[in-house]
Amino acid sequence: MWVYEKKLQYPVRVSKCDPLMAKFLMEQYGGADGELAAALRYLNQRYTIPDKVVGLLTDIGTEEFGHLEMIATMIYKLTKDATPEQLKKAGLGAHYVAHDSALFYENANGVPWTASYIQAKGDPIADLYEDIAAEEKARATYQWLIDLTDDVDLQDSLKFLREREIVHSMRFREAVEILKEKRDEKIFF
Amino acid sequence: MNDQVRFYKPFISPLDPCPPILVKSYSTPPQLFIAFQPPNLPQFSPFEALKYGTLWPALYSPYDPKNARQEEGN
Amino acid sequence: MTIILNEEYYQLLHELQAVDFVLVELNLYLDTHPADVNAIQQYNQYAKLRQQIAHRYETKYGPLKNFGQSLTGTPWSWNEAPWPWQV
Repeated sequence: MWVYEKKLQYPVRVSKCDPLMAKFLMEQYGGADGELAAALRYLNQRYTIPDKVVGLLTDIGTEEFGHLEMIATMIYKLTKDATPEQLKKAGLGAHYVAHDSALFYENANGVPWTASYIQAKGDPIADLYEDIAAEEKARATYQWLIDLTDDVDLQDSLKFLREREIVHSMRFREAVEILKEKRDEKIFF
Repeated sequence: MNDQVRFYKPFISPLDPCPPILVKSYSTPPQLFIAFQPPNLPQFSPFEALKYGTLWPALYSPYDPKNARQEEGN
Repeated sequence: MTIILNEEYYQLLHELQAVDFVLVELNLYLDTHPADVNAIQQYNQYAKLRQQIAHRYETKYGPLKNFGQSLTGTPWSWNEAPWPWQV
């Protein structure tokens, strides 16, 4: 069961109408290393991983949905009230034809999201290593997104999301350490 | 100085068409250097934590956009 | 209830986001450090603080959560704007 909370995890401010940046941000909405992929990857891996790390996958997976909503907010604000002509100039003409200004789960090139972006191998170490890699790739994507905008407000929210990838990576690395422990041997306090 | 950045010098050919970037950089954020977070690390205040994206300064990683960054490090 | 998006609104929302963020961080930390009593104590302390701030917010701006996780006034204001991406 999930409960919705009517607020963003972190404020999203955008200082100008910029549909081109919205197009780039779609990589983190419906791209291979985006927030949708992250949330679905972790929540789906929960069912076949040792009980000790199910809580972590649940909580990080849930937080990713909060990040998905932040990305949606950025795209929504950057394209709100943009004219078809402006969208076309930003390379979103093909998007407009299929979706008007609606959001859709696709990457920055308009390729629709697919489950082949994620994996559940059933091997706890393989799955956690995939999760660590996913966090590092998302961190890199946020870096390149920050490079592509001069909007300091937008950069601020993107820097927050980049830092979250770092913390998640840290926790997944710790989860690997926990699974390496032999039964009844404690590696930490 | 951001010590979470590493630099390398790529090979440069006289036939490279774009003006060469002599030194390139990449991020090496703190989670790479902490095996398991020790307890009782110093914390940010709640407002700072939200601003920085983490409760612990030890996990904080600044990022400067590439355009503003000195790629031509040492 | 018509919500006016003034300085006071953003300030209270920011307070809530800050305290909730501390709870997210402590939650993930405790997932891998379940025996850290100091962190558990801090978690419970912030959970109580969170309730107070959320109560102040909901009194002014309506319910934060659905499915009975927040009390509701009359009329039912859950489906009233603004939604999080609109503010």
